[in-house]
Amino acid sequence: MSDQAITSSESRKRSLHMLKAMVGIGSMCALLIVFTYESTLSQIKENKAEALEKAIFKVLPEATASVPYEISGGELSIKGEEATTNPVVFAGYNNANELVGFAIDAKGQGYADILRILYGYDPEEQTVKGLYVLESKETPGLGDKIEKDASFLSNFEGLDASLNTNNEIQNRITTVKSGEKKNKWEIDGITGATISSRAIGEIIGTSSLELVPVLFNAANEPSVAQKPEL
Amino acid sequence: MNDPSLGYIFLDACLINNFVLAYFLGICPFLGVSGKIDTAGKMGAAVMFVMLISSVCAYGIHAFLEMINAPFLQLISFIVVIASTVQLVEMFIKKMSPALFRSLGIFLPLITTNCAILGLALFQTAKGYGFLECIVYALGAGAGFTLALILISGLREQLEFADIPKFARGTALTLIVAGILSLTFMGFAGLGS
Amino acid sequence: MSSVVETNKSNLPSSTDEFIKGLWKDNPVFVQVLGMCPVLAVTNTAENALAMGLATLFVLLMSNILVSLLRNFIPKQVRIASYILIIATFVTIIDYVIQAISVDLHKSLGAFISLIVVNCLILSRAEAFASKNGLGKSALDALGMGIGFTFALLCLGAVREVLGNGSIFGWSVFADSFQEWIVMILPAGGFFTLAFWLLLFNYWKERKV
Repeated sequence: MSDQAITSSESRKRSLHMLKAMVGIGSMCALLIVFTYESTLSQIKENKAEALEKAIFKVLPEATASVPYEISGGELSIKGEEATTNPVVFAGYNNANELVGFAIDAKGQGYADILRILYGYDPEEQTVKGLYVLESKETPGLGDKIEKDASFLSNFEGLDASLNTNNEIQNRITTVKSGEKKNKWEIDGITGATISSRAIGEIIGTSSLELVPVLFNAANEPSVAQKPEL
Repeated sequence: MNDPSLGYIFLDACLINNFVLAYFLGICPFLGVSGKIDTAGKMGAAVMFVMLISSVCAYGIHAFLEMINAPFLQLISFIVVIASTVQLVEMFIKKMSPALFRSLGIFLPLITTNCAILGLALFQTAKGYGFLECIVYALGAGAGFTLALILISGLREQLEFADIPKFARGTALTLIVAGILSLTFMGFAGLGS
Repeated sequence: MSSVVETNKSNLPSSTDEFIKGLWKDNPVFVQVLGMCPVLAVTNTAENALAMGLATLFVLLMSNILVSLLRNFIPKQVRIASYILIIATFVTIIDYVIQAISVDLHKSLGAFISLIVVNCLILSRAEAFASKNGLGKSALDALGMGIGFTFALLCLGAVREVLGNGSIFGWSVFADSFQEWIVMILPAGGFFTLAFWLLLFNYWKERKV
């Protein structure tokens, strides 16, 4: 009888010991993590903002400053710090605080995984120009030509995105077979990277269909045409 | 953005971006599973089961952590859940079927360090899949893992009879075969789009 | 009495032995064949290989140190769970540190930083060595294994990048006319390159015997 009593109290002590150890280690680990998180948070935010700005200026080379907007219900509103499910565009302004264009964030299915891009829209010329691939997992050497191939990138020197009288895109931007580009709203595809180049056309086509009409009108509003004070 | 259909998610995880042959997840058991189709199948089934449970838990944990704004605890919570799930599955199998438990042997606890399971939790969180999509993704990944395992063990069983120089046997040979398999699976790209 | 002490002294591995074994004799990748997932996945360029190796080295070193320090406090039954908690903590830490250093690097390494936590190598060193040895030796063990691991990763990364991209650490090696072996950057290339190194390693070993 006494033997059983000893073992049960011993096993209780052991379980308590185990629990104390796990909780102790768990709390210490959590503390270490929280400490690291807090210390690196500002640097990480800075890095991300810097990377995004670099991308925007690549797509809108005349811009020296950018302001993020979100689009909801056909209206632009300045985007705050919180995440949003609304489409996000970045307005680029030059040194005279004039609007030079919009950098539009868009994504869609590529060959291997989701492609995320930034493309530029010039409301004055009504063209799509500039392409920067933000996230891509396309096949190196093949699909990644959409980022590196000079002749593919030259497609984006001025794709026609003009609106008709109904305030809709006249001709939807789309990718055609390599060498068959005849119109200013077509993208010459890459042989050997058909799916990736078609995906780019699809992404821009869908996104511009929805957003260009809104942006074209917004560009005429003084609150957007001049860089807002933040 | 065009949301991928459930069928596509399954195909993607199983064939197009096979977890083992494209993402290199779950290599340890992949290389370690001796050339027996039988063991491979059982291991695959166990992994698929753990994947399903972990996937659901990962979805819940992620939602919870977002709510309390503590994203940095993600990795730790995931791994704790996976380890516990494997422990539970082990106890369950031991009780339900001691024979199965014995035949799986050391493989069961090794599932915890199976990169495929943690990889699944991390990928689905990064892709922002909803609940149903997570389940389908887990099923696809598990099926793909099992498929790769069975294929490799089948090939290895055949290779036992081939005349191969001593220094090339074992892991090196398995890797070469795996490489060829991986190339083959690349043919699935573009499926379903 | 003195003879016993003498035999003991010659059989116990010295500190340098603990460090050296991870580099060659017990190399984690070529000999123990542990921690393969990252080995194949992030060695498509030499830079990624180096970064991954160093990140793993950091986690290995810190967890070996912590496990060794706590080895008398952790009850036997929960030791694996504790090791995993400790390893996961340091992986989370290095993940944030890498993000703070370079967004691009973090993107190329991706989820595989987090996957360091299930790198069998780290868990096996914690269990097999750090839980049974003092602080100094555990640290040396971690350093040796970590450097050996990074060395192996570099072997793979260098070959894959040179053949698959014509460059090393981004510097062009061949003339422009070089037709890259794209397969090397693909997953299949990872398998083939590792197989090649293993073959070489085993062949060497056999010739020595």
